[in-house]
Amino acid sequence: MNIPEKLGPEKLAKKPAPRPARSLRLKNTLIGWSFVAVASLLIGIFYFFPMVQALIMSFQSGTGVNLSFVGFENYIRLFQDPVFLTTVKNTVIYLIIQVPVMILLALFLSVVLNNKTLKWKGFFRTAIFLPCVTSLVAYSVVFKYLFAPDGIVNMTLMKINLVSEPVQWLTDPFWAKITIILAITWRWTGYNMIFYLSALQNVDQSIYEAAKIDGASAIQQFFKITIPMLKPIILFTSITSTIGTLQLFDEVMNITAGGPGNSTMTISQYIYNLSFKYTPDFGYAATVSYAIVILIVIFSIIQFKAGGDKK
Amino acid sequence: MKSSNKVIGYLFLSICAIISIFPFYWMVVSMTNTSSDVTRGKLLPGGHFIENLKNLLQTVDLVPALTNSAIIAVATTVLSLLIASLAGYGFEIYRSKAKDIVFNILLLSMMIPFAALMVPLFRMFGSFTPILPFIGIDTLSAVVLPTITTAFLIFFFRQSTKMFPKEILEAGRIDGLKELGIFFRIYVPTMKTTYAAAAIITFMASWNNYLWPLVVLQSPENQTIPLLISNLGSSYSPDYGMIMMAIVIATLPTAIIFFFMQKHFVAGMMGSVK
Repeated sequence: MNIPEKLGPEKLAKKPAPRPARSLRLKNTLIGWSFVAVASLLIGIFYFFPMVQALIMSFQSGTGVNLSFVGFENYIRLFQDPVFLTTVKNTVIYLIIQVPVMILLALFLSVVLNNKTLKWKGFFRTAIFLPCVTSLVAYSVVFKYLFAPDGIVNMTLMKINLVSEPVQWLTDPFWAKITIILAITWRWTGYNMIFYLSALQNVDQSIYEAAKIDGASAIQQFFKITIPMLKPIILFTSITSTIGTLQLFDEVMNITAGGPGNSTMTISQYIYNLSFKYTPDFGYAATVSYAIVILIVIFSIIQFKAGGDKK
Repeated sequence: MKSSNKVIGYLFLSICAIISIFPFYWMVVSMTNTSSDVTRGKLLPGGHFIENLKNLLQTVDLVPALTNSAIIAVATTVLSLLIASLAGYGFEIYRSKAKDIVFNILLLSMMIPFAALMVPLFRMFGSFTPILPFIGIDTLSAVVLPTITTAFLIFFFRQSTKMFPKEILEAGRIDGLKELGIFFRIYVPTMKTTYAAAAIITFMASWNNYLWPLVVLQSPENQTIPLLISNLGSSYSPDYGMIMMAIVIATLPTAIIFFFMQKHFVAGMMGSVK
């Protein structure tokens, strides 16, 4: 800055910026920190401190509170543990099938709903958003009954002759996974749709007009305009959905309880079982919990790379 | 839009709307039917509402569970809002390099899955039990404490504070208000809608929370609503009418909030992406 040169001496004399006295500045700093102190402290105590403890525990083994250090034993066990590998596989299957399907469905819905000439828009929006009000446990129990062997879903499918005998939605390893995926999609599609709807309202309509004049079809408009325009919000929702799916617990616990066998069990549920259902092995449970942390980091990085600014 | 596209659009929306609403319809209808009617696939309201309600009240401790859930959800909401808004305000108004670093570290906690925290937290609260029994394992406080501070909510308040007209703060200082007085007398009243949105998302998350209460609560008298529903749902010979009654009652508070405050609810969701 070269202001002093341009200012005359008398102006300079008026200028001495009232620098706050040292004690006052210190006081202001202290006030600022005291506003953020409680929250920072609590997050330290209830998030970061437990993560450090979990890291230490992941090198220990034993039952209940009697833990002793075992080095990397837990980590070696991890890669030889068929149940752990199954839960990772299950969780990743949920993730790579459910998240894209749900996001595409939510995008389609938001585009259709964004049409200005559409009637009963408010009704459709509220109806599709409605599943968000249910608690994960409550809707899981409802889905468990709907998809029971003699439940409404099978009854309907048989009535319209789509299947000749009841689908084993809860007891067949393949269909049980499908049931879980359908359930999560039911619960969260409307939620994601609301994000896209609000983002679409900020998209300049003239772009679509221009595309129409150029002869772009509705599908071309969707993939060439809508998706690129909504990229940041799609990235945001796919990361939050990924983090949510990697932590999946309530649904699986209440719809299939992880069964049949371990074919629907998720990593979170395995941690729960290791700690509170089987003979408690907190050390190994902590090791497994780091696997989720690592998966979250990996998938977030992949998505940032995929959704980043490369054209 | 071409008319054929329009028909497809309406068809698509209608199917999705029916699928979205059907489980709710089924829940509400089934709570008025006997268990065998529900199994038979009856989709019309019946006359067993009172009977199902009576059964439910006799079979499980519904009122205590509702009370526990309400105490936990209200306490969590009040404390969360206070702590997170103070912090969000502090990070934005008294911004400094060091505080920005702290803020970014706090944001990292959003990546931590709860499943990774539950074992160390369980042990932490276990160690509280002998010295501070009122916040130890199997207390409502133990459910509340780890959930009252989320980086998300701090982030949410900080983002909203960016829109706050800071000149008002100067005016408050000139009027001789202390810093905390400015916060409570000026900031809080002007940010009512932000608080409403934050309150809704926090209340709903707390009311519906399942995993941590499942881990930390043990005695039946401390049971919350999701735990009660989960127990009912895993019974071997379920009374469907009665269970649907419980599910509807559990969903009612959040459904009411949703219908009357949908705008604030959406604002709360969007606050995270602004």
